[in-house]
Amino acid sequence: MLSQKTKDTLLGPLNTNNPVVVQILGICSALAVTVQLKPALVMGIAVTIIVAMSNVIVSLIRNTIPMRVRIIVQLVVVAALVTLVSEVLKAFAYDVAMQLSVYLGLIITNCILMGRLEAFAMTNKPWDSLLDGLGNGLGYALILVIVAFFRELLGAGQLLGFQVIPQGFYDFGYENNGMMLMPAMALILVGCVIWAHRAYNDKEAK
Amino acid sequence: MEHALNLFIRSIFADNMIFAYFLGMCSYLAVSKNVKTSAGLGVAVTFVLVVTLPINYLLQTQVLDPLNLGYLSFILFIAVIAAIVQLVEMIVEKYSPSLYASLGIFLPLIAVNCAIMGGSLFMQQRIGLPDADPKAITSLFDAFMYALGSGIGWFMAIVCLAGIREKMEYNDVPKPLQGLGITFIVVGLMALAFMCFSGLEI
Repeated sequence: MLSQKTKDTLLGPLNTNNPVVVQILGICSALAVTVQLKPALVMGIAVTIIVAMSNVIVSLIRNTIPMRVRIIVQLVVVAALVTLVSEVLKAFAYDVAMQLSVYLGLIITNCILMGRLEAFAMTNKPWDSLLDGLGNGLGYALILVIVAFFRELLGAGQLLGFQVIPQGFYDFGYENNGMMLMPAMALILVGCVIWAHRAYNDKEAK
Repeated sequence: MEHALNLFIRSIFADNMIFAYFLGMCSYLAVSKNVKTSAGLGVAVTFVLVVTLPINYLLQTQVLDPLNLGYLSFILFIAVIAAIVQLVEMIVEKYSPSLYASLGIFLPLIAVNCAIMGGSLFMQQRIGLPDADPKAITSLFDAFMYALGSGIGWFMAIVCLAGIREKMEYNDVPKPLQGLGITFIVVGLMALAFMCFSGLEI
């Protein structure tokens, strides 16, 4: 249905060109919001929407932006969109917005956004930019969900706030690993995800 | 005075930008390959933090709060940061071309460093806290000390990591883990070490 090129633009960032584990963009928020699955999901969706929309907007006005001030123009477009999303979240999902706290505002300086705007939207048509933004947002969300899944499961025995590890396990002396909730473990987990991803892709290449 | 000193020490160790909040991670990982450039970037980040935070503090307390324009804060803060970075770039270029050459592309990129924006947003949260709270920022001087502490904390973290990575060049790391994988794990272990500072009180 889609041509090979558009397919690559959309699906490449999910695996071989993942923004987090391959391009190493947007690490700050990827680490900070992954204590639980729910904020990670919301953050993933918010970033996907903002990357896609800012890609389209910047791509539409790319020929009118003077090169010297382009960073400020891009920042203002992104900041306006982030303000919009954060006001919507505060209205409809207040507790999640509070959990995300400053990291919601930090989407503005999320390197994925600036990286995609600079590398893709400035030189491509709006439709391709939309697909590129969606792909990169989803690739980012994917890593967030993987890391948050392990942190919430091992750290609190829950998923999305529901208890999944049965009480019987605790009776036998199983304990939640409180370390998983600490910032340090997020870094080590992302390190392990990168390790697994590279090991898998190296094998594929051979 | 005591309160400001407490803020300063806490923001270096317990509330370290990198190890407790992961702010400025992208440039932290990208620029920490050798000690010299990382120290330059650390100084630049500290300087921009120290200049922008007091300005944003005044904007927040004198303009946004009285006029009830809180929702404009994202746009205003990022505009201030981008403008200051541009200014710093021009000043450094004019008065110290050697420093300008050694910092290169990293100088303009400070505008999108999460540590700077994060500092402003954390300060915005802390303005609302009651005076007795050790984290509260109640005056311009507090904001200045918080910025200085955060900057020094960031500087220290990036120089430490660069030192470790320089040594690690000679180690035999499993192939898929080389480069970023091992760097993440090293930063994780450093963050573990820094956790012993949490709960520090003066």
